[in-house]
Amino acid sequence: MTDADFDYLCTFVRARSGLALTPEKRYLLESRLQPLGRKRGFETLEALVRALRAGDAELERAVVEAMTTNETFFFRDKTPFDTLRNDILPRLLEARASTRALRIWCAAASTGQEPYSLAMMLDQMGERLAGWRIEILGTDLSTQALERARAGLYSQFEVQRGLPVQLLLRYFTQTGDSWQIAPELRQRITFRPFNLMRDFSPLGTFDIVFCRNVLLYFDMAMKADILARIGRQIAPDGCLFLGAAETVIGLGDEVEMHPTLRGVYVPRRRGATRAA
Amino acid sequence: MKHCLVVDDSAVIRKVARRILEALAFEVSEAEDGAQALAKCQEAMPEAVLLDWNMPVMDGYEFLKALRQLPGGDRPKVIFCTTENDVAHIAKALQAGADEYIMKPFDKDIVEAKFQEVGLV
Repeated sequence: MTDADFDYLCTFVRARSGLALTPEKRYLLESRLQPLGRKRGFETLEALVRALRAGDAELERAVVEAMTTNETFFFRDKTPFDTLRNDILPRLLEARASTRALRIWCAAASTGQEPYSLAMMLDQMGERLAGWRIEILGTDLSTQALERARAGLYSQFEVQRGLPVQLLLRYFTQTGDSWQIAPELRQRITFRPFNLMRDFSPLGTFDIVFCRNVLLYFDMAMKADILARIGRQIAPDGCLFLGAAETVIGLGDEVEMHPTLRGVYVPRRRGATRAA
Repeated sequence: MKHCLVVDDSAVIRKVARRILEALAFEVSEAEDGAQALAKCQEAMPEAVLLDWNMPVMDGYEFLKALRQLPGGDRPKVIFCTTENDVAHIAKALQAGADEYIMKPFDKDIVEAKFQEVGLV
């Protein structure tokens, strides 16, 4: 691939998705686009870039999709789910006792394991949530990943990564070598394509946002922008979960670390600190 | 260092499991069938057992029932590890006292996740 084509692709992918591709990611770009090029009959990556420059809309969408990373698994990192169940939810359930409604957003839902983990966890809470209206929204840039999420169909490998066997038996049905999550859990989640570069305000306000292991693909300015906008969509007593290796240090002041819970971030009290 | 007993009649599976478990900082011992595994547990009870289902002499199911009768035999976390992947087999293993279930083939991520699940990693 020529340097000019690489620069063009970096600019194109960033403009469409916010994903930051640095020169050391050149191998990643090539390894993701080569299979796409072959599938679409381009003999070289140069030919693919030429078609892209000519404005092939379907190819544009496929290139952006190919550059997304869909790595995920059930109950990933475990701790956030324990924290949510043991520390965050009891407080929120008390605070929302009059409305009995909660809104949760998985901002990078990928193939669905994270929202389904939440749905299983909430279902396990049984009677405590009887009569509550809990909305789980799973969004992702990748429409292919979301198609898989909606189907709720997972391979043997996927159901073994992080999913306790008791939950596998409780919530999945075996279909050949695959396992499909129960329809009642699938119905509890709304999956829709969404680009994190877009305005979040139409999504409304959330009590809990999961945006884990996605900001690491953006540059500092984009990270700060996304964090600030997420912060504005979180209820004042709500919270944000980031990935274990992620931080908000140096990324603006819309959200701040929870004083005691690792990996949890809360909206900064509006007006209070900044006035000081 | 925690001790894991790998019970499988396939030398290849034992070797793969040993590499993964040693990378997870386990001390590993091996047995080729349930009877050999039971004798090893009577000598020194491990913290974990990675257990195959189909084996000659004494299969995994019989071993697990016998293990749970031994003094201290309720302590090891037992993870069934087998090509049998239908719901009935999984349920039977859990009823017999297994703590977790791995369907072959497996890799390091899966083994690590399952050992985390039972609180050993």
